[in-house]
Amino acid sequence: MCLFQSVMNYFPEEVLEHVFDFLTSHRDRNAVSLVCKSWYSVEKFSRKKVFIGNCYAVNPERLIARFPRLRSLILKGKPHFADFNLVPHDWGGHVYPWIEAMAKSRINLEELRLKRMVVSDESLKLLAKSFPNFKSLVLVSCEGFTTNGLAAIASNCKFLRELDLQENEVDDRKGHWLSCFPESCTSLVSLNFACLKGEVNAAALERLVARCRNLRSLRLNHALPLEVLQKILVQAPQLNDLGTGSFTHDPNSETFIKLKNAVKNCHSIRSLSGFLDVNGRCLPAVYPICANLTALNLSYAPGIFSNELTKLIRHCKKIERLWILDTIGDKGLGVVANTCKELQELRVFPSDLYGVGNAAVTEEGLVAISAGCPKLNSILYFCQQMTNAALITVAKNCPNFIRFRLCTLNPIVPDAATNQPLDEGFGAIVQSCKGLTRLSVSGQLTDQVFLYIGMYAEQLEMLSIAFAGDSDKGMLYVLNGCKKLKKLEIRDSPFGNMALLSDMGKYETMRSLWMSSCQVTLGACKTLAEKMPRLNVEIISENEGGAGEVEARLDDRDRVEKMYLYRTLVGPRTDAPDFVRTL
Amino acid sequence: MEDYSREDEGCPQLLDLIAKGGEWVGKSAVERSHGTSEEKKLELRLAPPGGEWSFEESYATISRERDGLFSLGPCPQNTVLKPPSPWQQQQQQHLQTSYLHPVRRESSQLCSNRAAAAAAAETKAFSVANTAVHNTAQKRTAPASVVGWPPIRSFRKNIASGSSSKQASDSPDGAPRKVSTVENCPRTPFVKINMDGIPIGRKVDLKSYNTYEKLSFAVDELFRGLLAVQKKLCSGGIKDEGDGVEKIGGLLDGSGEYTLVYEDHEGDRMLVGDVPWHMFVSTVKRLRVLKSSELSALSRGPKQGKISMNN
Repeated sequence: MCLFQSVMNYFPEEVLEHVFDFLTSHRDRNAVSLVCKSWYSVEKFSRKKVFIGNCYAVNPERLIARFPRLRSLILKGKPHFADFNLVPHDWGGHVYPWIEAMAKSRINLEELRLKRMVVSDESLKLLAKSFPNFKSLVLVSCEGFTTNGLAAIASNCKFLRELDLQENEVDDRKGHWLSCFPESCTSLVSLNFACLKGEVNAAALERLVARCRNLRSLRLNHALPLEVLQKILVQAPQLNDLGTGSFTHDPNSETFIKLKNAVKNCHSIRSLSGFLDVNGRCLPAVYPICANLTALNLSYAPGIFSNELTKLIRHCKKIERLWILDTIGDKGLGVVANTCKELQELRVFPSDLYGVGNAAVTEEGLVAISAGCPKLNSILYFCQQMTNAALITVAKNCPNFIRFRLCTLNPIVPDAATNQPLDEGFGAIVQSCKGLTRLSVSGQLTDQVFLYIGMYAEQLEMLSIAFAGDSDKGMLYVLNGCKKLKKLEIRDSPFGNMALLSDMGKYETMRSLWMSSCQVTLGACKTLAEKMPRLNVEIISENEGGAGEVEARLDDRDRVEKMYLYRTLVGPRTDAPDFVRTL
Repeated sequence: MEDYSREDEGCPQLLDLIAKGGEWVGKSAVERSHGTSEEKKLELRLAPPGGEWSFEESYATISRERDGLFSLGPCPQNTVLKPPSPWQQQQQQHLQTSYLHPVRRESSQLCSNRAAAAAAAETKAFSVANTAVHNTAQKRTAPASVVGWPPIRSFRKNIASGSSSKQASDSPDGAPRKVSTVENCPRTPFVKINMDGIPIGRKVDLKSYNTYEKLSFAVDELFRGLLAVQKKLCSGGIKDEGDGVEKIGGLLDGSGEYTLVYEDHEGDRMLVGDVPWHMFVSTVKRLRVLKSSELSALSRGPKQGKISMNN
């Protein structure tokens, strides 16, 4: 070790830095910085991209002190279950303090990617003003901003390459944010505003597209009709990734014929999404580009019938990523299995939540896919029913799953054929898929499934549990067995204090733990918080009443409705609202 | 007009189809006149009857299994079981807060189901209960009344077909609900269209048109031939308006021999052309081509005030 170090010391720092440049993964760079002081220092000053999985695990000041030359930041805020309305609206996850701190320290920020954070117009305005080289803004599942904030970005970020808004809740003030891109702006490579609800100035968009010759990715919103799409495709046949807005028109009209011709010219499109409002008879317009598609997202279009879907899919032989609705049916999935031999990721979303019409997909569709698509490694599948036999078959057919998320529409439905719990089926999945990093289970499940998960899921990093298990043992199997576990989220399951407190040190090796509607009591949470100062243990009440009221009502023996704990270097957060109490 | 009054009686039946519950048929006329608050109730109850219950029942049985408790007594509508292990109570609270409407009339059914389950031997109760759960669960899709289940984001709930966009808001925190970015597509995009004097109707795909003009054109195309045949058969004296087969024009402005009207989701007859196209498409249930001369007769009927005459 000493010899090695002295050898390394002959190399000037620039060389080390150059070598480290080849390390792109955060984990590798983190490992490198632990080797010795000099490596730590070189790595520290050369680190450009930082990933923070929980914005409350550190604070902006520490980030800046640690990586003063950072250029690209990824931040994640609310816990995952916030997507399903389990986290009250004002829980937190504000980005403003981060932007403010970086602005003050003159960080040369170029890229910012946020997920589940609260982004105010003020933050966007500050961002736009403070970082002259800012290039890329990606907001996923965020909220709190309006189109005025977007206007600030458009107006001020002279070198903006990417503005990507995915599934955000934006208050659309119907202002002319798109028109705020100055005529001098020609640098856009990627523009996605599909989640905006309001009108957009079509003429301004067409001009923008015409002058941004490097534009590769464009996703329109619902307000833009087919005519606009047609004109844009004529201007930008070089697109790689297209999100149509509205896709409905009279298929006999001249506009539609023009569109068909425009599409034929778009030889580079590899990814297609949108169809936010679609007439199935218009779909044939995209057939010419289907042969080269690698990604297709039809999951916003319940109006397409199964036969229209399958006709389209038969053209898509190279698809690697497919997102669809369960209107495709088991038969349709059979067509996918026969056609899409390159398929790696499949997501089947539910279209009919209220049992009004015919359902959905069953275990048959999943088995067909597993048999037909040898490269399948990631699945999200909402289904009417499932069986152990099917899951066992799937496990045999596809040992390469890295993500396996199954969601039965009835959360505790047993095996449709045998009425048994689905323990054996999921057990087969974890046993066979040695590389599994993410798993969501559903259906009727006992402690047994967690025994299997603890025993076999060695690479598992994220586990989602709902309405499952019989006793504390279930949770214990997981905590003891899954060495690489990072995120555990549990709802409505009978896990309690014994499981929570049995291995408190475990939580410092994890990013976070969410437990709601379980059996843990306030007293146990207090104990945990006391013994583990480097964890924040948050008790989240419903919005009504402040923490004071909650405290008055809750005594140590009462169960806690929602608990969220996470490791942190900076103690309890200062921006917690009334209904969040950090113990 | 015979046709018209028949349809009038038919309107409550339209609601009946949705309701599947006896109570609704009688109420429907009253509800319509009482306006939106009643409608909201209607909409809230579009969950399949018993759908919520199958879920609750399964909780009841599984929770009971854990505690080895059976409740054969009367079932108070808002609490499933007497004893509270906090686990069960919690479940019940959950279900309660997420139910949009307590469904009283189901309680006797639930009691008998539970009693039946309870009567089985304790060790077998679980599987029996599961069968009961399984059977009821099999017959329908998700009881969507549990908060946050199925785990999809709000905007996807709004997209789901059916009348989901009106009732999908289950965010307790009042977060701005994503308005459906997709029009509520009716199950079939085709709507029936009938023309006065022509016994056979047609169907049109409203998605193929995006203006009233185009629809009017389409109607002309659909019925022109049929009308000509009909006239030949009836040998009536209707004067020609042009050469050859006459065009059916003036459908939208009252100037022609025929006028286009539609029936909306509330069962009311409306003149086509008042509202923006996309709004029309989302509320229209069927179309009708009436003789313009009949409209004045209509305005003396019970639907007075619904059809406006533009002269």
